[in-house]
Amino acid sequence: MPNEKDSRKMPVDAPKASGDELRVIGVPRRRVDARAKVTGQTRFADDIFLPRMAYCKLLRSPHPHARIRKIDTSRAAVHPGVYLVLAGKDLPIQYGILPVSQDEQALCVDRVRHVGDPVAAVIAREELTAFEALDLIEVEYEILTTISDPEEALATPEPRIHEYGEEGNIHKMVALEFGNVEEGFAEADEIFEDTFFFQGNTHLPIEQHASVAIKDPDGKLTIWSSTQTPHYLHRALAKVLEMPAAHIRVIATPNGGGFGGKSDPFNHEIVVAKAALLLDRPVKICLTREEVFYCHRGRHPVLMKFKTGVKKDGAITGMHLQTLIDGGAYGSYGVASTFYAGALQTTTYHIPRYRYQGCRTFTNKPPCGPKRGHGTPQPRFGQEVQLDKIAEKLKIDPADLRLRIVESSNAVTANFFRLGTVNLAECIRRIVKVSDWKEKFRKLPEGRGVGLACSAYLTGAGLPIYWNKMPHSGVQLKFDRSGGVSLFCGATEIGQGSDDVLAGIVAEVLGIDTFDIRLFTGDTDLGPVDLGSYSSRVTLMAGNAALQAAERGKAIIADAVAEKLEVPKERLRFADKRVFDSAAPEKGVTFQEAVCLAESRFGTIGTVGSYTPPKSPALYKGGGVGPSPTYSYSAAVVEVEVNPITGWVTVPKIWIAHDIGRALNPTLARGQVEGGVYMGLGEALMEEQEFRRLPKKLSHALVHKFPSILEYKSPTSLDMPEVFTELIEEPDPQGPFGAKEVGQGPLLPIMPAVANAVYDAVGVRIDEIPVTPEKIMKALAEKKAGREPRYGPTHFPHVNWPTALRVPPPWEGGDGNAVNDVPRREKPRQEKEKVLAP
Amino acid sequence: MTTLPIESQKTAQIRFTLNGEETDVSFAPYKTLLEVLREDLGHTGTKHGCELGECGACAVLLDGKPVLSCLVLALECGGKQVLTVEGLGEDGHLHPLQDAFADLGAAQCGYCTPAILVTAKALLDHNPHPSRDQIREAISGNLCRCTGYLQIFEAVESAMLKIADQKSSVT
Amino acid sequence: MMRLPLFEFRAPQTLEEAARILDGERANAMPLAGGTDLLPNMKRRQQVPRTLMSLRHIQSLNDIKLSDSGLRLGACLTLSDIAADPRFRNGLTALAQAASLVATPQIRNMATLGGNICLDTRCNYYDQSYEWRKAINFCLKKDGTTCWVAPGSSKCMAVSSTDTGPSLMALGARVRLVSLSGEREVLLSNLYNNDGIDYIKRRPDEILAEVLLDSLHGWKSTYWKLRRRGSFDFPVLSVAAAARLSKDNVVEDARIVVGAAACRPLAATNAARSLLGRPLNQQAIEEAAAFAARIAKPLDNTDFDMTWRKRVTAEFVTYALRELRGDDVRAERESFTRCAFE
Repeated sequence: MPNEKDSRKMPVDAPKASGDELRVIGVPRRRVDARAKVTGQTRFADDIFLPRMAYCKLLRSPHPHARIRKIDTSRAAVHPGVYLVLAGKDLPIQYGILPVSQDEQALCVDRVRHVGDPVAAVIAREELTAFEALDLIEVEYEILTTISDPEEALATPEPRIHEYGEEGNIHKMVALEFGNVEEGFAEADEIFEDTFFFQGNTHLPIEQHASVAIKDPDGKLTIWSSTQTPHYLHRALAKVLEMPAAHIRVIATPNGGGFGGKSDPFNHEIVVAKAALLLDRPVKICLTREEVFYCHRGRHPVLMKFKTGVKKDGAITGMHLQTLIDGGAYGSYGVASTFYAGALQTTTYHIPRYRYQGCRTFTNKPPCGPKRGHGTPQPRFGQEVQLDKIAEKLKIDPADLRLRIVESSNAVTANFFRLGTVNLAECIRRIVKVSDWKEKFRKLPEGRGVGLACSAYLTGAGLPIYWNKMPHSGVQLKFDRSGGVSLFCGATEIGQGSDDVLAGIVAEVLGIDTFDIRLFTGDTDLGPVDLGSYSSRVTLMAGNAALQAAERGKAIIADAVAEKLEVPKERLRFADKRVFDSAAPEKGVTFQEAVCLAESRFGTIGTVGSYTPPKSPALYKGGGVGPSPTYSYSAAVVEVEVNPITGWVTVPKIWIAHDIGRALNPTLARGQVEGGVYMGLGEALMEEQEFRRLPKKLSHALVHKFPSILEYKSPTSLDMPEVFTELIEEPDPQGPFGAKEVGQGPLLPIMPAVANAVYDAVGVRIDEIPVTPEKIMKALAEKKAGREPRYGPTHFPHVNWPTALRVPPPWEGGDGNAVNDVPRREKPRQEKEKVLAP
Repeated sequence: MTTLPIESQKTAQIRFTLNGEETDVSFAPYKTLLEVLREDLGHTGTKHGCELGECGACAVLLDGKPVLSCLVLALECGGKQVLTVEGLGEDGHLHPLQDAFADLGAAQCGYCTPAILVTAKALLDHNPHPSRDQIREAISGNLCRCTGYLQIFEAVESAMLKIADQKSSVT
Repeated sequence: MMRLPLFEFRAPQTLEEAARILDGERANAMPLAGGTDLLPNMKRRQQVPRTLMSLRHIQSLNDIKLSDSGLRLGACLTLSDIAADPRFRNGLTALAQAASLVATPQIRNMATLGGNICLDTRCNYYDQSYEWRKAINFCLKKDGTTCWVAPGSSKCMAVSSTDTGPSLMALGARVRLVSLSGEREVLLSNLYNNDGIDYIKRRPDEILAEVLLDSLHGWKSTYWKLRRRGSFDFPVLSVAAAARLSKDNVVEDARIVVGAAACRPLAATNAARSLLGRPLNQQAIEEAAAFAARIAKPLDNTDFDMTWRKRVTAEFVTYALRELRGDDVRAERESFTRCAFE
């Protein structure tokens, strides 16, 4: 077998970029799982019904912050139809997605931290019985002081929501400086300081989270779950249930939408697993829509302050970004989110000196986490709106300004991210052309306007969530005598088309049809580990693993066919389900015959492939968040119509260009772009995860304002504008067939482009997301009164920032390491695997 | 022996036409059509995203009209015609809408798809040549979080042309 | 999955039988028509009737009787039936528009005219699950003692969210209520109370059987609805306006009703009166708009900021009156409704 470790290099005979050789890749085609989806046969987790299956419901805290004094489950336990009642003491071991924040418990043991935190579970014959029995559980709470937002968290160190973190209710602080930013400001002709606020929002997948667990006939555990990260769930289950991971099988069912919301291991998954083991019968849970809002892990609300220095020609001399991040009640991905909120600023435009200070606090609300764009849409909004203001002040067209300062391919940024292909300039040029930007910007009649913004995103996180040196993705292929190929991979289909990516790549290499490939994905027993469907990593990482496995299979088959046909194997071509002499195409065998020849010659044919991302030059502490094998780029123009009296906004059209490297299946790629535009537009105009505090004198309540799919406003088909999408294709050497990500990046420019367009239309700055008619009307009133025509935050609170880690950028001779050693603050260390006494 | 909790008792019975087949079913009387389809008849193609009439994922055709199965009592369906995604295809072939949705990227995660398909079918049955705006309006009760709807509009338009072609070649 | 609570089910075939059932059960029974309002409320345990009495099997409730003297509409006509009927134009346009703008196409295929008129008042503190309401210790409208919208208020402030209610009020509609003890006709504007709990004068033993409209010959009407999205959402403000104009646009009669700005649809009587005998010129429209906006008192218990909702009231009255005058305001309408009304 070829060397397993050599996973990053593309095989030398990999198909080259010239499109006409490719039969599958780059051709719009029906995705492999399309038929199942359009016939209703895709089996989502809640579609699983098993004999003797019981239903689980969770009793959730009605209090935002309280100590649990006593739980009495006895009445519920004897209620007719109830099989089992669980409470915190039954599952005390802490877990969490990140090793540094193992702060969750499947059922709260001694403390609840937000309304909706689960405290007990009822498992019953019918779901209705389980629901009604919840009311029979008596919980005695001791109410604690509640923290509703980050400023309150900064001002209220006690009581601590968690006993770990930086100090008080600060979960995480980041301070990084790449070059001397003050010197950068001293060189600047103009300094811009702006504060922005980006409200939290949530994923709102139409499928509510569901899980079914069974004790296998042999006594092991199997769980089907709507999870984007079966591997991480696998690890959390092993930890909390204290079972060998080898005895647990996690099957990620196709997700009915994920968008990051199904990326954490969740309490309900652990609870049904435990219940199935105890009852020895299948146990299902399907969350209600309200409960999905309590799982959350959505976009963090972020207050931002940008200070940017520029030369008269637009060149940036330095940037200082501060963020104050509302984390909610648990860590989740929050430490990573805090870094991400300052990581990608440098990847679009050249920023020679950059300082980032980020602070995430705990609050008594459902935990925030990764939503499409993870941590980066908020600062991207601020940066791109500020750039619009800079362009206006410097009297440069905002498109031209951006073209002057875009980063170049293969650059290493101030914070040591190595970029791959960068076609942002081409994206900008394309949308400027197709949108008639030059004819519209500042030229449309009052009430109509256009706005432009850009963005970049990772093509897969460079590091896994827990430290290890193993591949990020693996693929096994089994070649059958029938000519069929079976593919095994842990990759998880969440609607984005990961199965189709894998099948497309393998089919292309082997010259067969995607229909000839049977896929076994998202199953921890069957396929090698893939870390999950997050960080836009699957196409590149699982794709490269599939490419390697397919190339290895092709090589084995080619050996056998070359011998049989007496043709040099270099001349063999795999296409149209045949293996033939490229010099004499009629001379060949069918693919099935080729597999049989290989099996006869070498025995059973199976190959593996795996992928590990390249090492990042960002060696400093914290440099693990942000590196990626390559980055995608997007540029968008949004046109708006704004009613100058009511502030009512209509978006008739959006133009977007996305630097994708190569579109493996253009139909799906376009769908990802349009879906991202859609979700971005929802965030820009209407989506909000809002909370409500009742008058403190009367109540301690702090509740989600309206956890429903009716009042959480997701745009309908009538709210969706026309979208012009263009894919910019320059294959990137890191990606399989040159592909880069497309699942997240196209969302990012939409929010700032909307805000910039509103300014073009009616001359007011809405420095806050969402941009609502109320805010526009208030800003219009300010304008009319002769004050600053703006709506948005006016201050950034004092934060006791730690000393920054100083990392000289590459052009100052930096090697990616910090030059100072920042002493850790005195703080109680979290016990890594803390088990609370029952 | 323990007594069956009342909510488990399948004391209600109806006979109705499900996807063209006469069907008898017994169920607990509090259940909606959605629950009976999925839990008592194994027709899991019909999905749910809120059970409150706020997302559209559970749409089925009741006597040819799109309705939300989460808000229809199964008790009220006796003698009715119900069409779900399982009944869209005919003679072993996909309905042109299904083909178009599959080919044109109109189904990403596929969760809202069954409800949109039956809703679109009702539209085309009633109005064989809808405009883009009429298509937008017809599916405005079906939330989709993946696609941004545009490929769905295109798929409905493509199916519309195909159905018209089939009709003209028959006549 | 959210589940209904257990209930007894009755499906009478005639109005008399239905009246008898309600008479026996009184407040323990609730009539079920389209189910699109009641069943979600039951799933959230806002309403837990012991008996559900279906009205769908009573044929007479689906009738449309159109004559020279007026129109009688069965309460169980669906909103789709009404929105799609080409006879409901000119004088009746406001009704058709209101029906066409309710919720979503699927819901309009289910929801009935009577159900929409009787729609439970809505509130961000009330239209929540049992568990959520537990977290705020419930509210005045159900199981609690405080109106969280206005904690000093002894009255529930839940919002009237019916679309057809305001439009039918502007058309001068009456409703026929039937009970075992007899029947009565009530002017729709007298049916509603300005109280979020006791919002309707229909007694629990009465069935709203018909909507009655006098001939609207010579009238024009229109309905404007404010909501965040092009579908799904309840109104957070609406304006229904009807007027009979002379040939030179002088107002002979007019009614303006503001919806979703209080516990009941509000008749903007002063606004309408200010128009009488005057041509619909800009000054007259502005004055009427100012009058109408004055009565709108939205509170912070729906989507959108309440001061903004109040501000939009004047705009909507202006659009509505300009439309009645004959101005082309299709672009404005489309920008708010996101779709054209055919």
